[in-house]
Order: sequence, then structure tokens, then C-alpha cells
Amino acid sequence: MTDLNKLTIASARDAMRKGDVSSAELTAAYLKEIEGSAALNAFVHHTADIATAQAKAADTRIKAGDAPDMCGIPLGIKDLFCTKGVPSQAASAILEGFKPEYESTVTTQLFDAGAVMLGKLNMDEFAMGSSNETSTYGNAVNPWKVDRELTPGGSSGGSASAVAADLCLGATGTDTGGSIRQPAAFTGITGIKPTYGRVSRWGVVAFASSLDQAGPMTKDVRDAAIMLEAMCGHDAKDSTSADLAVPNFEAALTGDIKGKVIGIPKEYRMDGMSADIEKLWADGTAMLKDAGAEIRDITLPHTKYALPAYYVIAPAEASSNLARYDGVRFGHRAKLDAGDGITEMYEKTRAEGFGAEVQRRVMVGTYVLSAGFYDAYYNRARKVRALIKQDFDKVFADGVHSILTPATPTAAFGLGEEFDDPIQMYLNDVFTVTVNLAGLPGISVPAGLNADGLPLGLQLIGRPWEEGDLLNTAYTLERAAGFVAKPQKWW
Amino acid sequence: MSIDIDTARRVAKLARIKVEDDALPALASEFSAILGFIEQLNEVDVDGIEPMTSVTPQRLKRRTDVVTDGSQQPAVLKNAPDAREGFFAVPKVVE
Repeated sequence: MTDLNKLTIASARDAMRKGDVSSAELTAAYLKEIEGSAALNAFVHHTADIATAQAKAADTRIKAGDAPDMCGIPLGIKDLFCTKGVPSQAASAILEGFKPEYESTVTTQLFDAGAVMLGKLNMDEFAMGSSNETSTYGNAVNPWKVDRELTPGGSSGGSASAVAADLCLGATGTDTGGSIRQPAAFTGITGIKPTYGRVSRWGVVAFASSLDQAGPMTKDVRDAAIMLEAMCGHDAKDSTSADLAVPNFEAALTGDIKGKVIGIPKEYRMDGMSADIEKLWADGTAMLKDAGAEIRDITLPHTKYALPAYYVIAPAEASSNLARYDGVRFGHRAKLDAGDGITEMYEKTRAEGFGAEVQRRVMVGTYVLSAGFYDAYYNRARKVRALIKQDFDKVFADGVHSILTPATPTAAFGLGEEFDDPIQMYLNDVFTVTVNLAGLPGISVPAGLNADGLPLGLQLIGRPWEEGDLLNTAYTLERAAGFVAKPQKWW
Repeated sequence: MSIDIDTARRVAKLARIKVEDDALPALASEFSAILGFIEQLNEVDVDGIEPMTSVTPQRLKRRTDVVTDGSQQPAVLKNAPDAREGFFAVPKVVE
């Protein structure tokens, strides 16, 4: 049987097409791995029957020679995606028992391409968190371990844990402020958030609609290119979805970046940045230079204000999006006392169904949108957001192709270590959140280990709609960094 | 900016989330910390800047104003905590 911890989407695709392995065999092997992975708490809903049926259908297509790249590839799906007839809870108690009557566009496209769903993956509740500790299913755990259990990051923590632990070949993630890139960095895998509008948001449980984008989390850059292409495309059901042709991203991976201009933004050099991260960034810069890129110091002056702007805009949009959880149409409804009216029903349902962080953000959002504060907070934040985007526009207009930064300020931290301080937790996204505010594509590539032997990631930020160029730069960086470390199996 | 207990109570009410009285002081202090963090935005000169409405400069698509969906009552009601006779059932709203 194939060695699962060496397999990638690309190599599995090629092996299945050659007839060396079938999707049924691969799927069975992954289902067995998942069974033995309870300690990671990555898979929270198991769909073995669906997977087995999809694998069988995929094998028929592969034999007939009608097989797209993702055909027969076993995947994990983040719990935020609505999957027809399968629990889709956004890791929230308020959606307990919810089984959508429809399929999200992203999963529809993946399944149409022949991909196999092994199950649904753990995440932070409503994608609000950076450590997968706000989930109603309990913490997902990082397969990388030193002396204690570490967070896989968040919000796509289950996706990151599952891919890093070889429980699937790839996973869907979503990224509102860093929720694909930060967990990818914490677990030594690759994750890309495409340009806003590249991937349909239809059927993805909404957190902050102007920032949310789905993307793939995979073992390497080639796999990210293959899986992203299958997820992209115009969708009439999402009015912000871009009506643009989807390029062949895998074909963009030439490894040639001669003459490309890579920007190094001085504002990302934070006070108190760890020596590990500092060195990783310098090494990554040197690698791109050696590959023939021109390195240019750049300035993105409003970087400092990205997190505070995000913590106005994201909660404001969340407070509006999450108003739909009212105990009427789906999910949980609180048990009512005699005499309780509809207001008590709303208030008790939402108090019981939402966890502490979600309640906090809904209420902050309610406050910044309330009469008298709308201009001071919400409109000001939207103006600052415009300035943050202008910073990037200027740099790209000056000829910069991509921007290199660290993906996270630290390596993975211990579960429970940052949980009691919301603002400390928010700082996890300091390098990633600018990208969401500006609607740009960003990718996290594993590039080294810290002194404790934990993975660290570098982030590349690209021009809008230039995912192909961005993936090629990431591919070049990946080849130069030669990151091959894997977590020791302890689960 | 410091948030007092009455403001915390009012925000919880607006958000339709029941917060017990004894939990309000902690909530107010959490809000104060988060709003303190947000106040950094006051340092930015935003004179003459339009608030962002769309991050990508494309116009939203228009479609013909026609019915595109419907007749799915059972599917719509399938996940309701309380559905009766083809309707969502809720506690009495009008006395």
C-alpha cells in the first residue's frame, strides 16, 4: 500500500491514472487513519459511507479516462461549508443538528471534479478564533508536539491538523483574518487565501462577508495550485464572485522568478520579534534573491492600524450575519419558561447557543454599529481600510510583484496559553489580516523549524487575481527552503 | 473609552443575548479593553477618504427581476426547531 505520509494530491492523481492505486484503496486507508486519530480531534463528523461511494464513482471515471485532477482525491471539509444532509455546524452549539438541504458551491465543484469527502473538520466557532479553542467540539490538537499539546492554530485548525497528520490529502479552509495561513504555518503545511471574489462564498456559513474567502490547505504548493483551481470560478449565487476565467495554476509553476520584484515591508519588522522569525524572514529573502528576484524595501505605512480596523469591521459584519440564529428557522432553540415571549426566546437561545468569543464579537459589532457610534467606529474603520488597500496599490503600481513577510509572530503555542486574553489572541493575525482587508491573495509556505523543532511559515502576498504568479513564487521559495520535516506520530 | 455596566446591558439587549446581571461587570471590562485597542484608529488622518464599500473595484452584477426559486416548503422547514402546518412556530407575539 502507498505510504500515506509521502503522498500528495499530484502524486496520488498520477498513481491513480496509471492504475497503481485506486481511490477506493486510498479512501479506505485514510478512513483507517482517521479512526486512529481521535486524540487530534480534527475530524468531528465522519462520512465514511459518502466517501466510499464517491471513491467508487471516481474509480469508474478514472478508468474511463474522464478524470479531472481532483478525481478520487480524499479530502477533509471544514465544518463551515454546508454539505447536503451532513451536519454543518460551524463548530457552534447553535447549529446543533443542522443538516443543510443544499450543497455549498465549493463542495459542489470539488465533488463534481470527483473529490472524496472523508468527513467534516474541526474549527473555531463561526471561524472566530486563532487557536481552535472556541469550538463546541473541543480543541483540535496540533500533530506537532514538544512537551505539551499545542494548538494547530485557527480558525481552520482541524483542517491544518488533518493535513499535517496525513489524515487526508488536502482540506478546505476559510480565511477572514488569517484562518488558513496561520494554522498552515503552525502545522508545517501550505495554505492559500485567494483574491476576494475568486472563490464563491455561497453555502459557506458567513462570518464577515467582505473579508471571508475559502481556499485549499495542502501538503505543498503544487497541491495548493491543483486544489485551488478546482475551487475557483464565477458563481451567480454569490454577487461578489468575480466573472473571470480561472487560469491553469499548476501550469504557472515554472520555478522561474528571474526579474520579479519582491517587496520587504519595513512595518512588518515588529518590536520584540523572535530571533527565529527574524532569521526565517532573512533566509527566505536570500532564497528569492538567489533565484533571481529583485529584493526591494517597501513601506506599507498603515499596517499598524489593520488589526484595530479588522476588530471593528469583522465584528460589525458578524453581528449582522449572526442575527439569523434566532431559534426559529434552524438549529438550537432554548427551552422556554411559562410566560416567555419571542424576545426571551431569542435572548435565551443565543445565550445558550453562542460561545463566549462569538457573544463577545457579536456584542462588539452591535456596539460599533449602534446609533451615535457608527461614524466614530465603523465608518472610521472603513476609511482606514481604504488607506490600507491604497498602501498595497501604490507598492504594486511601483512594480512590486509579491511581498514577503513572516506568516505568524510565533510558532504554535500551547493550548490554553493565550485563551484568557482576547487581544493577545488577536495579535496572532497581525501579519495576515492586512491581506483580507485589501482583498489580496496570500499564501503561507512552511520554510523552517524554530529552536524547539516546530514549523514556521513565510507569507507571500500577491497582486489581485495574480494567484498563478504568487503560487509560482511560493513554489520557488518552497524548493529553495526544502522543508521536509514531519511530526512524529504520537496520537 | 470605558464602558459602564448600563452600556453593557444595553448592548446585550440590542444583540438579543441574555446576560445575567452578575456577568455584566466582567463584560463591561472586556468591552473596554477591546474598544481601547480599537481607539488607535483615532490616530489616523482620514480626512477626505471615502469609506470602503467594495474591496474589488468591480460593479455588482445585475439580473432580471424574476422569480428564480421557490416551492420548497418542506426543505425550508426541515431544520426548524418547531414547524407546524407548513409554518415556523414561535411563542405568541401579539397579545
